[in-house]
Amino acid sequence: MSSKTKPRVAVYKFTGCAGCQMELLRLEDELLDIVGKVDVVYFMMAQNRDELERYDLCFVEGSVSTPRELEEIKVIRSRTKTLIALGDCAITGCVLSIRNWIPQSDVERMVYKDTLPLRSFKTSGIWEYVPVDLMLPGCPPHKDMILEAIESSLLGIRPDLRSHAVCMECKLRENVCILTSLGKLCMGPVTRAGCGAICPTYGRECEGCYGPMSDANPAALASEFRKLGIGADDLVRKFRKYAGTSKEFKEVAGI
Amino acid sequence: MSEKGKESSDKKVEVCYIARVEGQGTINVEVTSSGDTSAQFAVFEPIRLFEAFLVGRKYHEVHELASRICGICPIAHQITALRAVENALNVEVTPQTRALRRLLALSGWIQSHALSLYFLTAPDYLGFDGAISMAGKYGNVLKRGLRLKKLGNDLSETVGGRAVHPISAVVGGFTKAPIKEELAKIRERLKDEKDDIWSAVDLFSSFNYPEIGRKTELVAISSDKEYAVNEGRLRSSSGIDSPEQDYRIHVKEKEVGYSNTKSSLIKGNDFIVGPIARVSLNHQKLTPDAMKAAKRLGLDLPCYDPFANIKARVVELVYAIDECMRIIDTLKLDFSEQPIRAEIGTPCEGVSLTEAPRGLLYHWYKLDRSGVVKQADIVPPTAHNSTSIEASLRALAPKLLKEGQDLTLGCEMLVRAYDPCISCSVHVARVE
Repeated sequence: MSSKTKPRVAVYKFTGCAGCQMELLRLEDELLDIVGKVDVVYFMMAQNRDELERYDLCFVEGSVSTPRELEEIKVIRSRTKTLIALGDCAITGCVLSIRNWIPQSDVERMVYKDTLPLRSFKTSGIWEYVPVDLMLPGCPPHKDMILEAIESSLLGIRPDLRSHAVCMECKLRENVCILTSLGKLCMGPVTRAGCGAICPTYGRECEGCYGPMSDANPAALASEFRKLGIGADDLVRKFRKYAGTSKEFKEVAGI
Repeated sequence: MSEKGKESSDKKVEVCYIARVEGQGTINVEVTSSGDTSAQFAVFEPIRLFEAFLVGRKYHEVHELASRICGICPIAHQITALRAVENALNVEVTPQTRALRRLLALSGWIQSHALSLYFLTAPDYLGFDGAISMAGKYGNVLKRGLRLKKLGNDLSETVGGRAVHPISAVVGGFTKAPIKEELAKIRERLKDEKDDIWSAVDLFSSFNYPEIGRKTELVAISSDKEYAVNEGRLRSSSGIDSPEQDYRIHVKEKEVGYSNTKSSLIKGNDFIVGPIARVSLNHQKLTPDAMKAAKRLGLDLPCYDPFANIKARVVELVYAIDECMRIIDTLKLDFSEQPIRAEIGTPCEGVSLTEAPRGLLYHWYKLDRSGVVKQADIVPPTAHNSTSIEASLRALAPKLLKEGQDLTLGCEMLVRAYDPCISCSVHVARVE
């Protein structure tokens, strides 16, 4: 493969579940075309190669939660032209951030007898340590969004990502609003679109797995939830899930 | 990535980052000139502390959060968590829910087995560093792998609403039944893949697999009704036959200082879970074509060799396709069916054992009277297998040396035959 002209792509995994890489691999119909257009130089889950050079495009899945990752993200940043946070863990810490609300020493003692050898700290998005060029939200981010990021990078243009609420997609699918008509505690009004409003389409409330939309108003939604009778603890749990430590949600997610 | 250690009279393998497995793990094998072999399978995947942050969450969120333990087998974690919570709250699901969950779980098997066979295993035996490099010479093989993986994913999406971290399976059932027309389309594709599956059987029977020649205990869940996937009794080749609630009586854990994954032991010994354990213990429940595949692959059952996991995965791929078609054909969907409501109010606890694509998966939860998790215990397949992986490495390394084979590659191939899912295994990390 001629690496001179093709963009060099790397995929790294930090603290997370590998689901975002799995979603990337779900581009089955496009994968062979993509690997014809780019040179995949680092993708540990898929191949035995390790070329520590410069990357044009680097996807990082997972959050930073260990000293080793903290060092590694800085090295990756220094080698990468376009650094992409792939999924919620790399942006907000995702569900792992639930533990950030409990003192680290307490949470470790809940699982370990001896916490001394542990090398772990609060979990956070990679942008808290290095500048990030693009964030793809979602648990996992939909494969079309990943494809959009790759395509626009190949074309050298800005990707077209959604910043509006899930409600917009829900309306486009002609769903009846489950919040206003059924009183279900749907996070759609404050959650970023991109999933296709799948949860309301499947008759259940959005859980907010794409994190906050731009200009989200969680306080207003929280007061709607209270009118519907949600208890204080359940309200906290609702917002303290995928993006509880985000600047948008942390006020409602706190106690 | 592979870094060969010094190879003097004392042979040493240190693979710092095993490629083509899910997660971050290392193997460390040492063979001294006197013939002593030591082996460590160490996991340096960061700890995630799921048991800690599941505490304080509500019963209806447990499966949604547990799903995030693993992006490759989220379905297995969801169904196991759902069943554990339902067992705790005495929720009996309907036959329709059971059938849909079986379909969902098997779609996960198809996706995971296709990924493991075509993308993680085949490159070793065809002489490539990864599936991407295979595209030129083995484009058709790769395309078949992608097609099978996509089929599994699409079936997961049809039944569960999303392939990675499905959304419609909830406590008590499904929020919505799958659309009939979509299932019918999947049914056609299953049929097409089934017609083509014999080329996969031939491909994977054409490879030369190393043999370990070491007998270990095989462990899986087993059922008299069907090839056990989501429910069954805990059984083993040495005669264990117990209800799932007795899991902790048999399986003990040991903490090891060098790894973030605990070792699981039965009566102080290692054991093996996963495709080869299932096929060996439950082959009576396979379909005739799956048995035919086993025969063509030269799989003598029961079989104790970890490398035979690869053949067993092919057999299960055939079975999963057959069984998904059967389930779709016999489903009589009632679209008005709603999830059964769970009644909370008394403290309770629940256990569940299922077969994830990689083998036996255990979840246990203790809930308080408000349905809030008080305590959680989860043991995924790779934690079950970790002691067996080390024992197999110890047996394989001297053999490879004697035969003059590449020690590093051979050891890596062995680990990949187990198809370890390291992210899963470390969520319960305990380090001494």
